[in-house]
Amino acid sequence: MIRQKTASHSLELTKRRWAYTFLVVPILFYVVIRFYPTFYAFFLSTTDWDIVSKNKDFIGLENYRNLFSDALFWKTLGNTGKYVAYGLPVSLFLGFVIAYNIDRIRLGEGFFKAVYFIPYITSMVAVAWVWRWLYQPAPIGVFNKILMELELPQQKFLFSQTQAIFSILATTIWADIGFQMIIFLAGIKGISTQYYEAAEIDGAGNWDQLRYVTLPLLKPTIVFLIVTGTIRYLRIFTQVLNMSYQGEGGPLNSTKPLVLYIYDTAFRSFDMGYASAMTVVLFLIILTITLIQLRVMKSEE
Amino acid sequence: MGFHDTFFKEEHMKKKGFATIVLLVLLMAGNAFLFAGGQQDVKSTAGDGEVTEIVYWQYYYETKKDLVDTLIGMFEAENPDIKVVHQTFPYEQYNTKVASSVPSGTGPNVINLFYGWLPTYIDSGYLQPLPQQTFSNERIESEFFPLVSAAKFEGSYYALPTAVRSLALFWNKDLFKEAGLDPEQPPRTVAEMIGFAKKLTKTDRTGNYLQVGMTLELRAQMHQWLREVLLRQMGGAPYSDDNRTVTYANKAGYDAFRFFTNLHLVEKIGMPNFMTDDVTAFKSGTMGMTVDGSFRLGTLDAVSTLNYGVAELPEMNGVKSNFASFWANGITSYTTGKQLEASVKFLEFLTSDTAMAMWLKQVGELPAKKDLAMKDEYRNDPKYGPFIRGLEYAVATKFIDENVQRKVWIDAWDEVVLNGVSVEAAVNQAAKTEQQLLDNYYNK
Repeated sequence: MIRQKTASHSLELTKRRWAYTFLVVPILFYVVIRFYPTFYAFFLSTTDWDIVSKNKDFIGLENYRNLFSDALFWKTLGNTGKYVAYGLPVSLFLGFVIAYNIDRIRLGEGFFKAVYFIPYITSMVAVAWVWRWLYQPAPIGVFNKILMELELPQQKFLFSQTQAIFSILATTIWADIGFQMIIFLAGIKGISTQYYEAAEIDGAGNWDQLRYVTLPLLKPTIVFLIVTGTIRYLRIFTQVLNMSYQGEGGPLNSTKPLVLYIYDTAFRSFDMGYASAMTVVLFLIILTITLIQLRVMKSEE
Repeated sequence: MGFHDTFFKEEHMKKKGFATIVLLVLLMAGNAFLFAGGQQDVKSTAGDGEVTEIVYWQYYYETKKDLVDTLIGMFEAENPDIKVVHQTFPYEQYNTKVASSVPSGTGPNVINLFYGWLPTYIDSGYLQPLPQQTFSNERIESEFFPLVSAAKFEGSYYALPTAVRSLALFWNKDLFKEAGLDPEQPPRTVAEMIGFAKKLTKTDRTGNYLQVGMTLELRAQMHQWLREVLLRQMGGAPYSDDNRTVTYANKAGYDAFRFFTNLHLVEKIGMPNFMTDDVTAFKSGTMGMTVDGSFRLGTLDAVSTLNYGVAELPEMNGVKSNFASFWANGITSYTTGKQLEASVKFLEFLTSDTAMAMWLKQVGELPAKKDLAMKDEYRNDPKYGPFIRGLEYAVATKFIDENVQRKVWIDAWDEVVLNGVSVEAAVNQAAKTEQQLLDNYYNK
C-alpha cells in the first residue's frame, strides 16, 4: 500500500515537474513584458518623470496627494463609474433577452446571431465615427432627422453635457451586446434538457422555467460576464476618444473617462509620474472589484 | 453544470480576469517601454581624415522625408567628412520614441521638434543651447522672423526652424458667387467678414444649419485666432512679456470672448462641430470661410471640386495680427566634439536660404528668414503670399502645454453657450486654469 502510494506520488511529481518546465517559458515572457512594466508603473507614480528627462526624481506620494485635490480626476473617476453602472446592466439585460429568444427560435438562428454579433467584431473606431455622424444635428444627423420627421424636438446628443455620456453609452452597448449574447447563448445551450423535462413534468411554465432553471444554472456565466464586463467598461476609451473632437471627452469633461485622462496626462502633457499614479489607482479599483466578485462567486458555490 | 464550472470559472474567470488587469496596466503605463527596441546606435568615428557620422531625427511626413534626403545628399557633397543618418518615425510615436532613446543612451544628434514641445525638452536637459559663435542671438534676431523667439529660453536659443507656418483666411469662391458676393473679393476687415458670413449662412425652417458662414472651431485654429488675433485687436494681449502671467482676465479679454461667442449666439453664422470639424465642412463646400494654416493647402488642393482663395486674416480696429508655429531643429545635449561641430554645420545648412527655398516649393511651408520670404516671388504668390505677409506681424505663442491651453477656451465656450455662464466668469475661469499651468511650469 505504502509503496504504491509513493510510486504514484513520484509519478505525479514528475508530471508536475514537466508542467512547471513548460510553464516557465510563458512566465518569463509575462515577467518581462507584463509584470515588469506593471511594477515599473508603481515606481513611476512616485516620480515627476516627464517622458524625456533622464532623471526620474523621487517625489514620494506627492502625485497621490495631488490626485485628491484634482477636480478633474474625481470627475473622470465619476464618469468611469457611470459607464459601468449604466452600461453593464443594460448590456447584460439586453444580451440575455436576445440570447434567450434566439435560443427559442429554430428558423434563422444563425442569421440573428450574426446580426447581433457583427457590431462586436467591428472596429470600435469605425463604429464610433459612424455613430458620431448619426448624432449630428439635422439635416446631417440621421437621428435628429428622424426626430424632425416625427415633429419631435431635436436633441443635442454629443453636444449636451447631460446627453453626451448616454449617447456614447448607447453606442458602446450596441457594440457590446453581441458578446454578451454569444456567451449567454453558450450558457443556455449548455444546460441539460433533462432539467427542463423535469420542470415540465412538475408543471412549470415558461416563466417558472426561466426563473428556477435557466437563471440559476446560468450563474457562472453571469458572474463571468459581470467580471469581464466591469473591467471592459472601466477601461472605456476608444469610443470617447473618437466621438469627441480631438478626443477631449467633452463637453466640459462630461464624457471623459479616467483612462482617457490618464492617456492625456501621459502622452499629451507628458506627465508620466502623475499618469502612473492614476493608473495605480485604477489598477487597485479593478483589483478590488474583481476580488469581491470572485469572493461572491465562491461563497455561493 | 460541469461544463460551466470548468470552462467559465476556472479558465476565464481566473486567467482572463487577472491577465486582463495586468494587460491593462501594461497598456497604459508600459507603452513607453515597448518601443525601446530596434534603433541604431551610431557612434562617432572621430579621427583624422575620418568620417564623422551624425544622426538626424524627424517625424515621418513624405514630402519632408524626401526633401531632407535630397538636402543631406547636397550637404554630404559639400562636406565629405560628414555623414548624416536620417531616421523618421510616425508622428504618433515620436515623443515615445525620443523618450525611449534617452535611457538607452542612443538617439539623434540633431532633432526636429514641434516648438510647443520645447519647454519639456529644454527643461529635462535634452537639448543644448545653440553655440553663440555660429548662431549668435544678434544673427538669429536679425535674420529670422521674430516669432522664432518662442525657441528662446533664459536668453539662449535652443532650436531653429527651416520653415514656419502662419494662418490665413480661406474662402470658397463658388459659395461667394452663389451668395451674391464678389468671388474675387475676400473680406478685409472682421466686420466685413461677419457681413459676408451672414450672407453665406443657410438654415432650414427650424434653424438648422445647412451651410455655415465661417468656422468657429476653437478646437482647430480658432483658439489661436481668438488668443493671438482677436484679443490683440480688442486692445489686449494673452500673456505678459515674460510669458509668466495670463493677461486676458480684463475688459479686452471679455470683449474678445463676448465677440467670439456672439458670432454663434447672436450673429448665428455658424457653430462648432458642424460636419464634425471645419476641415471636413470646408472641403465639402458647406462652409463659406475658414481660418487655417499653410499646411492645409495640400489637403484642400486635393479636392478637385473645391474652388477657393486665400487671403490675409482680416484686420480690426486697424490691428493686424497672426499666429505662427514651426518645427525646429535642435542639438541634443550629449552631442560633443566632432559630432557637435558636424551637427552645427548641418543645422546651418538646414537653415540656409537654399534649404528654405526648396522647402517652400516641395513641402509648402514658409521660409523662416525674413529677407528670403519677403522676395516678391514669394510675397505675391497667390497661395503662399497671404501667409508670408502674415508672418511680418505673427506671434508664436509660447505654449507650455498647447492641449491644456486650447482646452481652457473650449471649456469657456461650453460654459457660456451650454450653461449660460457669464462671459466674465468663463474668461476668469480660463485665466485661472491657465495661470496655474504657467505657475507649475515656471516656478518648478
